[in-house]
Amino acid sequence: MEHSAAIKRLSDPKPQGRWSLPGIGLVKGLLVTATNMLQSYYRKDRMTTVQYPEQRAPISPNFRNFPFLVYDGDDAMAGLRCTACSICEKECPPQCIYIVLDRDENGKSLKRPKVFDIDVSVCMNCGICAEVCPFDSIYMDGEYELSTSDRFGGLLFNKQRLARSTNYHAKLRPLQAAEVATRRKADEDKKLAAQAAKEAKAEAAKEAKAEADKEAKAAEA
Amino acid sequence: MMPDLAAILSRVQTALPAAALALRRNPGPAGQDSLLVAPADLVAVCRFLRDTPELAFDLLSNVTGVDWPDPATADAVAVPAEATAPAACGFLEVVYHLYSTPRRVGPLVLRARTADRAAAVQLPSVVAVYRSAEFQEREIYDLFGVIFTGHPDLRRILMWDEFLDHPLRKDYVAPDDYQYEPTPHDAVLEKAKLHYPAKAES
Amino acid sequence: MISNPFMAPATNPAAPELDEDQLLHVSLGPQHPSTHGVFRMNVVLDGETVVSLKPVFGYLHRNHEKIAEAVTYLSSMPFTDRLDYICPLTNNWAYARAVEQLAGIEVPERAEFIRVITAELTRLINHTAFVGFFLGDMGAWGSALMYAFREREKILDLFEDLTGARMMSNFMRFGGCRNDLPAGWAARASELVNGFPRFLDELENLIIGNEVLLARTQNVGALPKEALINGGITGPMLRAAGVAYDIRKAEPYGIYERFEFRVPLGETGDCYDRLMIRFLELRESLAILRQALAQLPDGPYINPKSKVRNFKPPVGEAYARIEGPKGELGFHLISDGSVNPFRYRIRPPSFINLTLIEDMCLGLDLADVVVILGSVDIVLGEVDR
Repeated sequence: MEHSAAIKRLSDPKPQGRWSLPGIGLVKGLLVTATNMLQSYYRKDRMTTVQYPEQRAPISPNFRNFPFLVYDGDDAMAGLRCTACSICEKECPPQCIYIVLDRDENGKSLKRPKVFDIDVSVCMNCGICAEVCPFDSIYMDGEYELSTSDRFGGLLFNKQRLARSTNYHAKLRPLQAAEVATRRKADEDKKLAAQAAKEAKAEAAKEAKAEADKEAKAAEA
Repeated sequence: MMPDLAAILSRVQTALPAAALALRRNPGPAGQDSLLVAPADLVAVCRFLRDTPELAFDLLSNVTGVDWPDPATADAVAVPAEATAPAACGFLEVVYHLYSTPRRVGPLVLRARTADRAAAVQLPSVVAVYRSAEFQEREIYDLFGVIFTGHPDLRRILMWDEFLDHPLRKDYVAPDDYQYEPTPHDAVLEKAKLHYPAKAES
Repeated sequence: MISNPFMAPATNPAAPELDEDQLLHVSLGPQHPSTHGVFRMNVVLDGETVVSLKPVFGYLHRNHEKIAEAVTYLSSMPFTDRLDYICPLTNNWAYARAVEQLAGIEVPERAEFIRVITAELTRLINHTAFVGFFLGDMGAWGSALMYAFREREKILDLFEDLTGARMMSNFMRFGGCRNDLPAGWAARASELVNGFPRFLDELENLIIGNEVLLARTQNVGALPKEALINGGITGPMLRAAGVAYDIRKAEPYGIYERFEFRVPLGETGDCYDRLMIRFLELRESLAILRQALAQLPDGPYINPKSKVRNFKPPVGEAYARIEGPKGELGFHLISDGSVNPFRYRIRPPSFINLTLIEDMCLGLDLADVVVILGSVDIVLGEVDR
């Protein structure tokens, strides 16, 4: 076959006359460990240990951990972007999201979650909820020091615990937040423009109707 | 490179005139058509495919079990060449993916079906031809319940020996008597409450 | 009944008549430092010689295939990370490829490059970690493994920047990748690739000439190549026995045909050849990485037509495989047209590579069993699924 000519034989790197001087391979290996030990005192890339609570390894801006919910404005519960559409609940691989849609007394959907719980003891940090969300509402957090002494209740995050402001998002993931903000702004502008156009049209229609009425009245007279 | 299934089929039928084989078309974009082999001829066909130098399918890469409670679904995934009456009842199927290492051809997909899903679940083992089926057939026996006649050591492999059911069957019901942790909003908790009524109250 | 010429002999030819009273039954594992996880071998010894070895699986079984039938296609992607947790990105790729074949999705060029780069970096991780673990199995605790992990950590930092997680990457998507390379990532990867040969030289100097290693690995665990092919052995183990079968060459998936690299082959297939094959493959992976990073094109990183929500492939089946670091990793998927797969099967290389473990160990000493198991390179997350 095509690559049979390109085959490198394993016999090439095998040391020739390997038993000729017993122990030479061992000595070579020991030289490597000795070099490494000495280098670990002065070479930066050989000093890999981080003394954790005192020092911290830098966290990548892309690092993801558990999800959080974004809210606009100042009131966390009123400004939640989440519409309780349950797409993330369906797509979540370990099924750790639990959502109850809020309804008014007539049973009409209020498009906001009454309950939004994430069991982070089950969550596997995959980020699929953030990916499938069509409302830019759920994103992955980078916070990792979450140990608690309450094994069950302490690891069930409700919507109050999960809510984070847009500023938090912008600080955590500047690029992503900026992109989302511009997109939402554009959507909002489009919506406003559409609404304005609609209103203008309605106004124009009203005026035209008034005009027609006037003309009709004038003709009658 | 995909194998030329029509040529292989005619070659097998010339060499083994008694063998019952049928071409099954794959309706999906992958286009991996398959050969449905009668269980009685499976070992002979495999041996022929391996030992004929022009075919040389020497690597049995993958052996899979599939549970088809509804035979119509099976015919939709592996479409028969001419309209035939579908099987009367559901069945278990074993799918073999063969490759040829010297000829760089594959996958050649073979399928073999049991008579039903309850009692007649025997299929011949191909371990005599392909050693790589040894653990995979044990796995299919364990998870689907296909009994491979002639397998040298047919025991459960992933589940424990005392386990009774076959978990990958479509009608398998997961037990609810396992140890649970009280994770809220969990179906497990509901099941556990049913199973431990006294414990749930306390 | 069974007449496979490649079958293990029923009795050990070296000791045909054994006195049952003289045999020693040893249960090696499931909690044993040499078994790479919760794997167990029931070994029967005649003195120090192995006369029977039966592997016992299932201690880490979680029926991933059943779980996948109950969730959507996309939801199975993070579960594939947990199969062979040393190299999640190749698992992602194999699964994404199977779904792409099932649904007929095209992958843009840049995404193919990103996939090749991440897969070859994963191979670097796997093979360096293999060398460390293998040396650990032979009693060289510490040095080799620590050096390997130091380099591995640099690659994992790259993965964290790219995918958001060191190991559980969940990166490939049907039709591309989840996100594009961050700014400066390719330059950092090039820097790592250029510095890697120096580390490889150091690692080779550390162990290759070592007389203890030679004595313990050479002429241990070799089998004829026909038996290996018949036993379904793939990957470095098969190539160490001299069979030129690398899926990247035999069935060039992705864009592997654009790169120039050689397939290293061994001669005898003993444990020493299996170790050396990994060293040689590391160098070839570096060659692929250099070419891929130099040629990296611009363009979309995911097919814009691919759907994230409510993805339903057409009715049909597909089997796709890639050359994983441990061998042939395949996924067999059957779709009945709904959002969940009808059947989801993984062809795990480390599980099937264990088929011949008894044949390799018969007639050898118990200490050789540990070396042979180490040379197979298993990860129990994948063996038991």
